Amino acid sequence: MNKKNNKVVEVETIVVKFAGDSGDGMQLSGTQFSDTTASAGNDLATFPDYPSEIRAPQGTLAGVSGYQLQFGHTEVDTPGDQADVLIAMNPAALKQNMVWVKPGATIIIDIDNFDNKHYKKAGYIEDPIEDGTLEGYNVVKAPITSLSRATVRKMGLDPKSADRSKNQFALGIIYYLFNKNLKTGEQFLDEKFGAKPIVAKANKKVLRAGYHYAETLEALAVTYKIKKTYRLKGRFRNINGNQAAAWGLIAASEKSGRDLFLGSYPITPATEIMQELAKRKHLGVKTFQAEDEIAGINAAIGAAFAGSLAATSTSGPGLALKGEAIGLAVITELPIVIVNVQRAGPATGMPTKPEQADLLQALYGRAGESPVVVLAASSPANCFDFAFQASKIALEHMVPVILLTDGYLANGSELWKLPKMADMPEIKPRLVKDNDPDYQPYKRDPETLARSWALPGQEGLRHRIGGLEKEDVTGNVSHGPVNHEIMIGLRAKKVQKVVDVIPDQKITGKENGDLLVVGWGGTYGPLVSAVRDLKKEGKAISLAQFNYINPLPKNTKDVFKGFKKIIVCEKNSGQFAFYLRSLFQQFEFLQYNKMQGLPFMIAELKDKFNKILEDE
Amino acid sequence: MSNMNAEKEIINNPVLTIADFKIDGDIKWCAGCGDYAILSSIKSVLVERGGKKENLVFVSGIGCSSRFPYYINTYGFHGLHGRGAAIATGVKVANPELEVWHITGDGDSMAIGGNHFIHVIRRNIDMNIVLFNNKIYGLTKGQFSPTTPRGSITKTSPDGTIENPFKPGELTMGAQGTFFARIVDTEPKRMREVFMEAAEHKGTSVVEVLQNCVIFANKIHAAITGKDVRDDHQIFLEHGKPMIFGKERNKGLRRNGHTFEVVTIGENGITEDDIMIHDAHDPDDTTHYMLVRMTLPEFPVATGVIRSCDYTDPYDQVLQEQVDLARKNSRIKNMDDLINDGNILEF
Repeated sequence: MNKKNNKVVEVETIVVKFAGDSGDGMQLSGTQFSDTTASAGNDLATFPDYPSEIRAPQGTLAGVSGYQLQFGHTEVDTPGDQADVLIAMNPAALKQNMVWVKPGATIIIDIDNFDNKHYKKAGYIEDPIEDGTLEGYNVVKAPITSLSRATVRKMGLDPKSADRSKNQFALGIIYYLFNKNLKTGEQFLDEKFGAKPIVAKANKKVLRAGYHYAETLEALAVTYKIKKTYRLKGRFRNINGNQAAAWGLIAASEKSGRDLFLGSYPITPATEIMQELAKRKHLGVKTFQAEDEIAGINAAIGAAFAGSLAATSTSGPGLALKGEAIGLAVITELPIVIVNVQRAGPATGMPTKPEQADLLQALYGRAGESPVVVLAASSPANCFDFAFQASKIALEHMVPVILLTDGYLANGSELWKLPKMADMPEIKPRLVKDNDPDYQPYKRDPETLARSWALPGQEGLRHRIGGLEKEDVTGNVSHGPVNHEIMIGLRAKKVQKVVDVIPDQKITGKENGDLLVVGWGGTYGPLVSAVRDLKKEGKAISLAQFNYINPLPKNTKDVFKGFKKIIVCEKNSGQFAFYLRSLFQQFEFLQYNKMQGLPFMIAELKDKFNKILEDE
Repeated sequence: MSNMNAEKEIINNPVLTIADFKIDGDIKWCAGCGDYAILSSIKSVLVERGGKKENLVFVSGIGCSSRFPYYINTYGFHGLHGRGAAIATGVKVANPELEVWHITGDGDSMAIGGNHFIHVIRRNIDMNIVLFNNKIYGLTKGQFSPTTPRGSITKTSPDGTIENPFKPGELTMGAQGTFFARIVDTEPKRMREVFMEAAEHKGTSVVEVLQNCVIFANKIHAAITGKDVRDDHQIFLEHGKPMIFGKERNKGLRRNGHTFEVVTIGENGITEDDIMIHDAHDPDDTTHYMLVRMTLPEFPVATGVIRSCDYTDPYDQVLQEQVDLARKNSRIKNMDDLINDGNILEF
């Protein structure tokens, strides 16, 4: 492509945000562009931020759908606090996102939509182009709608399809701005619209039109180049948390030799796990879309009894419905994995917005003494590792395992270094040989306290289990008072013994210092970025990000010992802090909490940490 | 059959005895409870059917009926209140080679498990549901259930219930059930016949057993099961046979416009040719639906296999076929293939 002799500036990282109506194709352009940046060898992290309504009224704030992407040459662990470039397809998208752009950022607007009617719909009293809202920004007023229409006018597309291509015009501008290869974008469109060649052709034409428009535009005299990342070596793919979790379960199925059964009910933002697994019959996966959350997990328990690696996927309200059945899995000591993709609650709450407020529900939200293993993934890609690990623990220890992720991990994506199955750890389910004379349903392995797993169909092992209290060893129904207390103790100890197989808690940074930042699960990206920045500034700060919640790693106490202050950061009102206080009364745990359905911003974290460090 | 085949046949269909299903412990239902008769009928059917006893799985929910799995020596799962159908679904879908029996009651499957009941039937999962209908909550000691007759005085309806009862047969038909039978717990021979047919049916079979709770709803079915009235108040339906009943075997059901009527053979020129022939295999469930709705005193209560129709394949079988086909056809054979399929980036 011939370029004018304009200035190309090299930068380390860039944050782009696409924002428009729910029907404007912002998720598509975002995915397409992240695909291109990944192909170009940039590290990246993405975060789609969309409303729970499918198509809220056009042009309103409620209908704004966004997709944020950070890509770069250096480490990229978050989708970025604020955008260097914002694409706002209408005034509502602009209004919704002005707080999320950097001072002096480039803002590309579709000027065709900035009329009286549209800016009033978005709640502006004055025209935002005239009222000083955009002062200090590099504003590109592109007639995106009209030029897109003109580009495809003679292609025989219906007006709706023609208008739907306008996201590609905006994207063309972005490709130009960051010197990205149009070919990769075009390939993406060919794959996406393979079945509709005319739509693919139109979209490609509009993408190119946007690119050429940008080329001739003086407002974009400077373009940017981001070199290949240095930290990645090997084979990678771009993966989001839900897909990674689904694949982790399949990997565990392969390693354990047990076919995967998923019983689930659609719920945002977890549904994609079931959708992904429904496509994997070729790997022996059976998915059962149940009539409700309760049936989903009960079917999984039935499948576990029959010998499957059984799982269910859900989000907070669904976890509440599954509570009784998790108790059943606790007392029947069957292996099941519950993947809970947390969202903002209570009740329906904000279904598409991330939060970490199901922690105490996961730990304690059941009838009776009902301990389970709780794990939490901390990045989109490591949802794979922890779904695998959750399955391994469930199968080898005969316990239900809850894996906590959240909407931020589930929908966000990053580059994932491809594992080889040969390198993954073995999984050895506690199967029994036919006619084993020593088999008793509740006889335990002395090391792990796990019972054995005799499967219907096996000879000489017929037995009955259920929700009534079990007699130790025999598994017969028992209401014996002493037996009950023994069984409660055994079930608790069995969960605690998982500590022997989990790794020690790692610290990012030194083992001693002024401040230890403690996080768990999905907040790793912003926390590690903030801590890294402050370390660079010479602060004695470290991070401990917990993936193993129950049991906590053996060395947890020692990790806390090395620091003058400890602050627990989480997207809830302090549930992990509450949990840690109950276990480690000798330490003082400060808190930083956010409950806005938004990820942590690196800047707000640094502010908070700096204040605490100064507060000697 | 060659010797080897005969041997194989014996291994696959070993001869079973009642003793194979005996448990060590005690059975703890009340003396005189109808459940004993059901248990013994089912055991007889299992013996008669033969096969690998290890492939039998009994799953239940909660209630007196749901203690059943503890009282029969097979693989068994005593689940949660109402959730037996969902647990049984998981067992059968995970391993379609197992023969799954789901034992439930009118509280378990009509109230708290109503949702699972209709959906397991709609999916036509190959299992045998035995619904012990005693029209009362027994294990919680005497509250009305969704099948308790309107107006009944119970512990939670001191002034009589003000709810209309469900008929399990209607729900089964409404959920596109492929098999429905009704039977009374006082007639072991007929129970065995019906359980045998239910077990042979491919798909969800529902057998409603009108079962007597001696403690909280004693004689609730007396008008149907009483020795002196049963022949006139019950019509035992058999596929391909005329719908005749009565002590004298002279009463029958005749179609009359959109409804049925009870007629007497030999009166007003009625002959056996006027009597409807029972077609349990008819895919159209209109007549079956009318049969399950019949109530005293206008009509006799229909028992026997009312509907048994193989017009749709069971869910578990179809899913297994899809899995087998996908396994055969996909070029992605394992996890390494999947991980490395599609857009891979090399750095």
